[in-house]
Amino acid sequence: MGQYEFDLWVFMLAAFLGFQLIRGVSPLLHTPLMSLTNAISAIAVVGAILITGEKDASLLSRLLGFTAVFLAVLNAVSGYLITDRMLKMFKRKEPEKR
Amino acid sequence: MNIDNTLLPVIYMLAAMSFILAIKWMNSPATARRGVIIGEIGMILAIAGTLLRFEVVNYQWILVAFVLGTAAGIPIAYIMPMTAVPQRTAFSHACGALASALIGTAEYYKGVHLGSGLTSTTMIALIIEMLLGFLTFTASLMAFGKLQEVLPQRPITYKGQNFVNLGVFAAAAGIGLTLIIAPERAVLFPIFASLALLFGVLLIIPIGGADMPTVIALLNSYAGLSASAMGFVLNNKMLIVAGALDGSSGFILAIIMCRAMNRSFSNVLFGAFGQLQTTATTSEARPYRSASPEEAAQILDAARTVVVIPGYGMAVAQAQHKLKEMFELLGKRGVNVEFAIHPVAGRMPGHMNVLLAEADVPYDKLREMDDVNPEMPNADVALIIGANDVVNPGAETDPKSPIAGMPIIQAYKARTVMVIKRSMNPGFAGIDNDLYYMPNTIMLFGDAKAFLSSIVKELAAVSRAA
Repeated sequence: MGQYEFDLWVFMLAAFLGFQLIRGVSPLLHTPLMSLTNAISAIAVVGAILITGEKDASLLSRLLGFTAVFLAVLNAVSGYLITDRMLKMFKRKEPEKR
Repeated sequence: MNIDNTLLPVIYMLAAMSFILAIKWMNSPATARRGVIIGEIGMILAIAGTLLRFEVVNYQWILVAFVLGTAAGIPIAYIMPMTAVPQRTAFSHACGALASALIGTAEYYKGVHLGSGLTSTTMIALIIEMLLGFLTFTASLMAFGKLQEVLPQRPITYKGQNFVNLGVFAAAAGIGLTLIIAPERAVLFPIFASLALLFGVLLIIPIGGADMPTVIALLNSYAGLSASAMGFVLNNKMLIVAGALDGSSGFILAIIMCRAMNRSFSNVLFGAFGQLQTTATTSEARPYRSASPEEAAQILDAARTVVVIPGYGMAVAQAQHKLKEMFELLGKRGVNVEFAIHPVAGRMPGHMNVLLAEADVPYDKLREMDDVNPEMPNADVALIIGANDVVNPGAETDPKSPIAGMPIIQAYKARTVMVIKRSMNPGFAGIDNDLYYMPNTIMLFGDAKAFLSSIVKELAAVSRAA
């Protein structure tokens, strides 16, 4: 089985897994869910690092890669932090009153 | 021993597993924060593994980008008010999509320069990555502009718009196809990129503010799919998996949003919602009842069950904290208060829940539309704050209504309906709402925050007297 075909199968299975998992998420958490998946898709940083860190990269590659690393890190950092900030607000019971 | 071949695949697989677990734990508020932590661990694993790869030798640029990205990301996460979360989300879709498109661009020029490596399967993935990346970048910026209200929220339409849009997309796809067949024709590349960028702008111009929840979810999906396509280019399964999870998540949320408005994807994207209503009939003056805050407070105090139906107008008026005070006071007086949340309340999926959670409303009091509707006839009072279309009975009764068939929260079934509203003017969407003229409806005129403050003051006085 070629690399391409193998990748297609991985994609298909992951997409189905995604559908199943997301369907179980209560609408209560749809906003944090979106900011979490947003942060996860910042995994593109891997591609950006490979482009930027290469030995013989051209200046163009380095500049594009540098910008991409910056954008992806920005997304990952702000995405995880704001998701956690939102989730902290979800409380079941009334906070104790003084 | 070569670490790249032995250890790295394991690290990447563990990272992919972490992302899957992260989303799984988002199922419930009890485990959700654990999900964030495992997601962070996955990201750190993936980054650390990548930095150790033998082809990564030049670290200065990466390090500087990391420092800058972190420095910019932390304040965004902590300063952003919760009402602005939809804008931040749109902005972050723009960043993610642009990153993906830029990496694709660099890969493409590298391949052309080396004169090898751009097989047709790689080119297919690259073109999809860049097409989605570039169009999502500009589309998300447009969505950001509309949400931030620096751009007009009204849909902008002109004759033949759909043909223009389709033409631009077809041109971009055609040039993309040419590049797949003949990757060395690099002169075509800037044209391809520009057309994709242009299409993103054109796509959002005709979409109105009310449709933003669907659009944001759809753009989320595109940004994820773009990252997944990058995984095909780089032969990296972890990227494929993470991107596919993001892509399916956005897609499902977009479907949920469409269903909640009884509309199809194509209708959202090409229908220019909001145009129809400009011709809405100006109704003759019909009788309605109104009441003062004191009277409203008395009615609420006498109720056993109150269902509050908040809309985005409640958040605009910053009334959620006053609402929470009212919720507490009524709770102490033995009134059961619940909140009915329509799926499209707010400006992105789930937005209203976050806004109320921020005001310390316990999340078990936040109820979904489908759970609340059967109980609506037992509610003594339905209190509507800043919501309009989502409680409009016309959606069920008037087949000619622009929102016909849209599922609504059946506030009209409650014994008494109270609506806090500035005036009788039809709201943003301009659709007349028969609910306001029903015999059991009481209009409460005023700013939501000010009116709730008066109710709270009244209730507090009654509590003290008791």
